[in-house]
Amino acid sequence: MNSNIDLSEVDRILQAHGHSPQAIISVLQEVQEHYHYIPREVFPYISKGLGISEAKAYSVATFYENFSLEPKGKYVIRVCDGTACHVRKSIPILERLRSELKLSEEKKTTDDLNFTVETVSCLGACGLAPVLTVNDKVYPAMTPDKVSELVKKLKEELKND
Amino acid sequence: MINSRKELQDLRRGLKAGLDKQTLKVLVCAGTGCIAGGSIDIYNRLSELMKEKELPYTVALEEDPHDDSIGLKKCGCHGFCEMGPLLRIDPQGWLYTKVKIEDCEEIIERTIIGGEIIERLAYHKNGEIYPKQDDIPFYKKQTRVVLEHCGHIDADSIRDYIAIGGYSAFERALFDMSGDEVVKIVKDSGLRGRGGAGFPAGIKWETVRKLQSDKKYILCNGDEGDPGAFMDRSIMEGDPHCVLEGMLIAGVATGASEGYIYVRAEYPMAVSRLKNAIKQAEDLGLIGENILGTNFSFKLHINRGAGAFVCGEETALIASIEGERGFPRVRPPLTVVKGLFGKPTVPNNVETYANIPKIINKGSDWFKSLGSPNNSGTKAFALTGNIENTGLIEVPMGTPLKEVIYSVGGGCRGGAEFKAVQIGGPSGGCLTKEHLELPLDYDSLKKVGAIIGSGGLVVMDEHTCMVEVARFFMNFTQNESCGKCVPCREGTKRMLEILERIVSGKGKEGDIEILDELADMISATALCGLGKTAPNPVKSTIQHFRDEYEAHIKGICPTGTCKKLKKIYINKDLCKGCSKCSRVCPVNAISGKIKEPFVIDQTKCIKCGACVGTCPFHAIEEV
Repeated sequence: MNSNIDLSEVDRILQAHGHSPQAIISVLQEVQEHYHYIPREVFPYISKGLGISEAKAYSVATFYENFSLEPKGKYVIRVCDGTACHVRKSIPILERLRSELKLSEEKKTTDDLNFTVETVSCLGACGLAPVLTVNDKVYPAMTPDKVSELVKKLKEELKND
Repeated sequence: MINSRKELQDLRRGLKAGLDKQTLKVLVCAGTGCIAGGSIDIYNRLSELMKEKELPYTVALEEDPHDDSIGLKKCGCHGFCEMGPLLRIDPQGWLYTKVKIEDCEEIIERTIIGGEIIERLAYHKNGEIYPKQDDIPFYKKQTRVVLEHCGHIDADSIRDYIAIGGYSAFERALFDMSGDEVVKIVKDSGLRGRGGAGFPAGIKWETVRKLQSDKKYILCNGDEGDPGAFMDRSIMEGDPHCVLEGMLIAGVATGASEGYIYVRAEYPMAVSRLKNAIKQAEDLGLIGENILGTNFSFKLHINRGAGAFVCGEETALIASIEGERGFPRVRPPLTVVKGLFGKPTVPNNVETYANIPKIINKGSDWFKSLGSPNNSGTKAFALTGNIENTGLIEVPMGTPLKEVIYSVGGGCRGGAEFKAVQIGGPSGGCLTKEHLELPLDYDSLKKVGAIIGSGGLVVMDEHTCMVEVARFFMNFTQNESCGKCVPCREGTKRMLEILERIVSGKGKEGDIEILDELADMISATALCGLGKTAPNPVKSTIQHFRDEYEAHIKGICPTGTCKKLKKIYINKDLCKGCSKCSRVCPVNAISGKIKEPFVIDQTKCIKCGACVGTCPFHAIEEV
């Protein structure tokens, strides 16, 4: 286990929520926003801070789809596969993205931790279907070819960093 | 901070005068859709240009200003997302579509300074130009009540909202009416819950009002989970204060002093607009202790969802706010009796609350005059899928489906033939050509086995495979099944397995009957609404498109959508035997002699289609 995790941020979050056990979801959300995932090391700490069992904290974290116990890539690409996007052919977009980044349904994050590709059930931007988001920025009316362009652009951004 | 009714009225009068002095208003759409198209850059560019040219423009609304000015505003969603980024010019009511940053200079010169319309940017259809938003066919047939202000006011400003009469309904409820009177007006209006089931809102309010309790809660369900629906998102983003006002009125009516808004995590913009709105209302003293000098106090919280569809179910939503896994629970006790933290709770949806201020101001008779008997008011729908005009619409309850699809929606994309529309998302059913005359309201839809749901309308044309659509929805609900009760957890899994088999060409005789049987069992025995309605898309597609299921079982997908049912073969007459195809085939399924027709071994072919594109003679065909 990685014990180098800085827990002072978790402290701040717990305090902001008054150590209230009912705030567990908000606490986990903020922890995830900070680390981009929920490191397993924080669970004993959170459960103590909120006065709940570790099992309870785990049960909540694993129930909700947004929480990830695995590190995610620098760019999190979420392909919308809601009904509107689905009938406007979102799957070919997802397939192109996965083949470009050598990912699959099981393997969601690249080994270099640069990209994560997930699906999401609806982003509510149905008027622009099919859509995807890169770290919450919405890209409208996508096609497989536009996706290839986008990946190229993001890879270049990484190089320039 | 305002401390009395009079101060609020003075502020409103001053702000209204301010609004009147904005003799020209430039409204840049800042909904999720238009922002994705670059509307924020357009807003910034316009602001820059106005500064450069020293035009008298204002961003924040002032009280009793001396001089005329141009109001530059970021507004909420117009609902015509496909034509975005959108820009509206008032008082002319012009709407510019697909605006680009390069157009800004011309807009400033010709429209803002010159006062003329740029026809190139107006909406065009069939050679006709529609400069005014209200004349565009998409808007003409709509009746906007809930969405009245969406796209017409600054979505981030409580001052704009107050200037157009905002918080006056709350003021009336607080000072001029008793709680009983407020409940009565809501009850008389016949307003039914816009979240799906259509339970009368007034009855919920009345129950909570009558209960004795030290604490009561007002709950707003903004967990709009149905894929293909975004009405609530647009309201929360475009007119957040009307939701707040509706909740405050519910607080006055029921004696509740605390409220929660639960918004799904996929709507970050809605969360930030609501947070901003709450902050503004608190700063003004419209939310807080002893509001406007009365003894009414109200506190409002926002909770973000974490990606669980089931949390749209009210008991699961409550569990989630309480910090639990989002499991639904058995009812009774009803939420109104024992809801959030075990206290009486009013659970309503965003659109329901958004209707309240209007009902209080205009009366229950006015509300009943819209819509059809027992289904009063309007309903917002998200019109998406294979339709010409995608977007957010609002029509009176009881509008025939035909009118929505053709008059407002403009028919199917590219002139394709209309096949079906999925209404009510994964809990709903499909309506077909035979339902085109059907009025869209709670009761009529129930009769044909569909529900209004939260209001998603996904249009499908002749090229859509209905079995695949059913599989898609079943896959969705299966994924989202929380796992608490067996019928939903196991039953949807078995149904999905069968559907997956059918779309991959391995369907068997008797599959349809088993699907039917499972569907009835799950509907009858599942614990919550999600489970009970999960089989609906399958049931209704079997009912209306049984022949498509049968064809799949025989190995044919009539629309050619299901990849695994495709057959790829080489047309002997066209093949010149160049061997190009056999070289790209990843599984060595193609063989033959050079200069003689090649053949595909169907047992090996994985239908990847790689060969189709490489053939220089177009000899490889898919069926």
